Amino acid sequence: MQIDLTVNGKRTSLDVEPRLLLAHALRDSLNLTGTHIGCDTSSCGACTVLLDGVSVKSCTVFAVQASGHEVTTIEGIGNADSLHPMQEAFWSAHGLQCGYCTTGMIVSAVDLLQRNPDPSDDEIRAGLEGNLCRCTGYENIVKAVRAAGAAMRSGDARHSVDELMPIHPPTEEPPPSGEGIIPQQLQEAKA
Amino acid sequence: MAFTAMVGARIRRREDPRLITGRATYVDDVRQVGTVYAAFVRSPYGHAKITSIDTSALKDDEHVLAVYTGEDLHHAHNLKSSLPVAHKMPDLKTPPHYALALDEVRFVGDPVAIVVADTPYLARDAAEKIVVEYEEMPAVVDPEKAAAGPPYVHDSLGTNVAFTMPFSAGDPDKAFAQADVTIKQRIVNQRVAPVPIEPRSMVANYDAGMQQLTIYSATQIPHLLRTQLAVVLGLPENKIRAIAPEVGGGFGAKLNVYPEEVVVSWVAMQLERPVKYIETRSECFQAMIHGRDQIDDLEIAARSDGTITGLRLKITANLGAYHQLLTPVVPTLTLLMSHGCYKFENIAAEVVGVFTNTMSTDAYRGAGRPEATFFIERAIDLVAQRLKLDPVDVRRKNFIAPSAFPHTTATGLTYDSGDYENTMDKALALVDYAGLRKQQEELRQQGRYLGIGLSTYVEVCGMGPSAAMPAAGWDSATIRIEPTGSITVLTGVSPHGQGQETTFAQIVSDELGVPIDQVSVIHGDTDKVQYGVGTFGSRGTAVGGAALKLAIDTIQAKAIKIAAHQWEANPDDLEYRDGKIQVKGDPSKTFTTAEAGFLAFMGDKLPPGLEPGLDATRRFEPPNFVFPFGTHVCVVEVDARSGEVKIVKYLAVDDCGRLLNPMIVEGQVHGGIAQGLSQALFEEVVYDDSGQLLTGTLMDYAIPHAEQVPHYELDHTVTPTTVNPLGIKGIGEAGTIGSTPAIANAVIDALAPFGVVHIDMPLKPEKLWAAMQPKNGSAR
Repeated sequence: MQIDLTVNGKRTSLDVEPRLLLAHALRDSLNLTGTHIGCDTSSCGACTVLLDGVSVKSCTVFAVQASGHEVTTIEGIGNADSLHPMQEAFWSAHGLQCGYCTTGMIVSAVDLLQRNPDPSDDEIRAGLEGNLCRCTGYENIVKAVRAAGAAMRSGDARHSVDELMPIHPPTEEPPPSGEGIIPQQLQEAKA
Repeated sequence: MAFTAMVGARIRRREDPRLITGRATYVDDVRQVGTVYAAFVRSPYGHAKITSIDTSALKDDEHVLAVYTGEDLHHAHNLKSSLPVAHKMPDLKTPPHYALALDEVRFVGDPVAIVVADTPYLARDAAEKIVVEYEEMPAVVDPEKAAAGPPYVHDSLGTNVAFTMPFSAGDPDKAFAQADVTIKQRIVNQRVAPVPIEPRSMVANYDAGMQQLTIYSATQIPHLLRTQLAVVLGLPENKIRAIAPEVGGGFGAKLNVYPEEVVVSWVAMQLERPVKYIETRSECFQAMIHGRDQIDDLEIAARSDGTITGLRLKITANLGAYHQLLTPVVPTLTLLMSHGCYKFENIAAEVVGVFTNTMSTDAYRGAGRPEATFFIERAIDLVAQRLKLDPVDVRRKNFIAPSAFPHTTATGLTYDSGDYENTMDKALALVDYAGLRKQQEELRQQGRYLGIGLSTYVEVCGMGPSAAMPAAGWDSATIRIEPTGSITVLTGVSPHGQGQETTFAQIVSDELGVPIDQVSVIHGDTDKVQYGVGTFGSRGTAVGGAALKLAIDTIQAKAIKIAAHQWEANPDDLEYRDGKIQVKGDPSKTFTTAEAGFLAFMGDKLPPGLEPGLDATRRFEPPNFVFPFGTHVCVVEVDARSGEVKIVKYLAVDDCGRLLNPMIVEGQVHGGIAQGLSQALFEEVVYDDSGQLLTGTLMDYAIPHAEQVPHYELDHTVTPTTVNPLGIKGIGEAGTIGSTPAIANAVIDALAPFGVVHIDMPLKPEKLWAAMQPKNGSAR
C-alpha cells in the first residue's frame, strides 16, 4: 500500500505491507533507528514517537494508520547541533545508563510537558508510567524531566553538544589541545 | 595552579550525546547489505519428545532461504553442538546442551529449528508453517521434587541432581548444642527475570573470501564469546570477530554464550550472508537466563544477647534444564557469602544444584550474593524478633570489627577492608532511627502499620583473581598517545551503561594531563581491542580500571625518559605531577605527555636504545576480590485494609571505596535498588506444574514503573581498598544486593504486631492482607 506521511518535517511516500508496524517503517524503511523496540505488548514504551504531536507507541500503530499524519521521532526532537532541553536535561541529570529506553522516554517526557508544563514529581512519575527503564531506577529521569520543565518555562535557548563540551573544568594553563598540538619549540627544533 | 582533578568530579557522560539523540548503534541498528532474517521455532512444552519436524510447507517458498533442525546441526561438519559451561567442580554433571534441541525438548522456549527468510515478518510467518509433533513427557519444575527422583530432565543422568557441595567450618554441632536459642526458617528466593529493555540481538556474517566470521551481539563478553564460538564452531579464533556495539542493558543476562549465537553464526556461514536475529520479548522471557530461584533452609544458633554462634544451611538451587555459562557457579557464591558482614565461625552447609524443566538460571545482577544477603539479613531480624532485641543491636553484636581487616571468613574469603558499624551509624543518624521507632509505636496505636527495615550488606565483587574464577579473572587496557596528542584507550571490559567511556577518560585526563575530550575510550570489538574478559561481577572499573592505571604507569615511565633526554637530565630526577613531567618538586618547567608522544612518533630525538612510539598494554591480575558494603534503611507503611505497601523512605549509605564519578556511582546504586526492591515486592517468574511459563510477557511479569518506586536518598562512606591501585570497589551490584532484604525486613517489621515472622517474596498485597487477618477468630 502507498502511504504518504511527514516524518520529522519531511514529506515521504512509502510502499508498505498493510501489517507493517509504524516502528518498523521508521526503523527499516526510513533508517530512523533511534526508535527502539523492547517488547511485543505495548508495555515498554521504547518505541514512543509523536503522532501529530501526541505520544504514541509506534509498535501499536500500523504504518498505514500514520498516512496523512505527522510523525516526530527522537531524531526530530533534537540533534547534536541543537539539543532539545529534555535531551540536555537527561544528559546533565544522568537520566540514562544503557540508553535503550531513553529515546522513547525523552519523547514521552516531551509530550508530558506539553500537557503539563510544571508537573510535580508524582505527576512526572505517573506521566511516564508507559515507559519502562531497567537501569536508572527512575530517580534521575524524574530529576531530568523536572529540570527540563524549568528550562522550558524560562525559555532557555537550545544548546549544541559542543557548547556543553568540553566537559573538563577550567584550568589556569590549559594543557595542549588537539589543534597545533605539535609544540612550537619542537617544530623549530625539527626545522 | 594545579590541573583541576577530573577524578572525583561529577562529569557528564561522554557516551550520552549519541544516546539522547537516537544516533547510537545497537545490534538491531546495524545495517549490512544482503541481510536476511532468522526466526526460531521453540518448544511449547516443558518436557517432550520431538516425534517429527515437517518443513515441507516451506519447500517452494521463494522468500525462505533455509531451515535447519537440531538433526542438521548435530551432523554438521566441525560443529560441536554442545554448549560451554565454565566451572571448576570435579563432580558436576554436564549433560549435553545442544544449540538446537535434538530428539527432546526440556523447557518452554527450547529452540527446535531455525528458519531464515528475506524479512523479519516473513521469517516469523515461515516459522509458523513448520509443523513439529511432540509427545509430551512428565515435567518437573519444583527443585525439591526433582531432587527426590524421577521424572528426570536428562534421562541419561538417572538423577536431577547436578551437584552437591557440602561445607563445614568450626564446630557447628557444638554451637547448636550450647545455644540459648535456635531458629529454623525456610527462605525462598524466588525466580526473577533480568529484563534488559534491549532483548537478545545478534547479526552474524561470514566473509568466505577472508574466511572470517563477524558477529555483532548484545553481549557483555565479546572476547569470551569469540573464544567459545571458536571452540563450538571449530573455527580458528583469529578468524572470528565479535562486536558488542551499543548494548541495551545486561544485568548478567548477556554474560553468556547463547545457543542462538552459535546457530545464527553457523547459519551465516552456510548462507554466506548476514543473518540477523532479534528475539521478541516473549522469547526473551522464555529463553534468556533467569536469576535467583533458591530454597534456603536456615537454622541459626544464638546466645540470648543476640550473638549468633552457628549457622546450618541447605541451599537448593534450581538450575533449570541446562547449564549455561555460569549456572552452577551462582549458588556456590551464595555459600561463600553466607556469613555476610558477621563473624560467624561455625557453619555447616550444603549446596544442591538441581535440574528442572525450566529455563536455566545464571548470573543476574548480584549472582548468588543477593540470595546470601537476603537470608542472612532476614536471619538477623529473626534473631532480634525472637529475643525481643533491636535488630540494630543484633547487628552491632555480630559485626566484624574494623580492626579485624583484612579478615578471613569461615568460608575462606579474605575481606579486604570495611567499617560496617560506621555506615550503619551514619544511616541511623540520617533517618533518625530512634525517632522512627517512636513514630512506629505511635502509629500502631492508631492502627497504622509502619515498618522499619535494615540491611547491612557486604558483597564480593571485582571478579576476580584468576585462581578463584571459572575462567580468567584479569583484564586489560591499552593506551596509545597518538602523534597529534590525542589519546586512545582500548579497554578489555565491555561497558553497556556503566559509563567507563567517561570514568576511564577522567583517570587518563588527570594522570596524563590532557583535556578529557582528547581521550577516546574504545571497547567491545575483538578486532580492535586486545583480549579482555568483559563487564560483569562489578569488575569493569575495579579490574579494567586497574589495568588502565598500570598502562598509565608504563606510559609515564617512558615519557619521563623522553623528557629527561630532551632536558639532558637524569630520569630519576623527574616526576609526573598534576599530569605533567617536571623536575622533582619544581613546577617551573614542565613537559607534557603530548610532547613526549610527538617525540616518540618522530623517533629521532629519543634516548639511545628507547623504542619509538608511546603506547602500552597492561593487564591487571587482581590479588583478591573487593568487598563493598553498606547499610540500607527502608521505611514502609502497609495498609491494613488492602495489604498495599507504601515506601515512606529509602536511604542507602554505601561504601565502594574511592568514587571516580559520584554521579555515575549514584546512578548504579539507584538502578540497583530498584531491581532489588522490585524482587522484594513485585517480580516473580511462574511456571505451572507442566513447565508452562505463566509470566511470558511484560503484561504478566511486573517490572516497576516510575510510580512504583520511591525517591532514594543516598550517602556514602569511603573505606579504600588496597586490592587495586585505584583504591576502588565495584558498585554495580551493591544496590541490588542491599535493597531486597531492607524492603522485606521493613514489610515484615510492619506486620510484627500480627505475629508475622517471615513471608516469602514477592510481598504482594494479597499475601500481606491475608497475614493481617485475625486468625482462629481472635481479633488483634
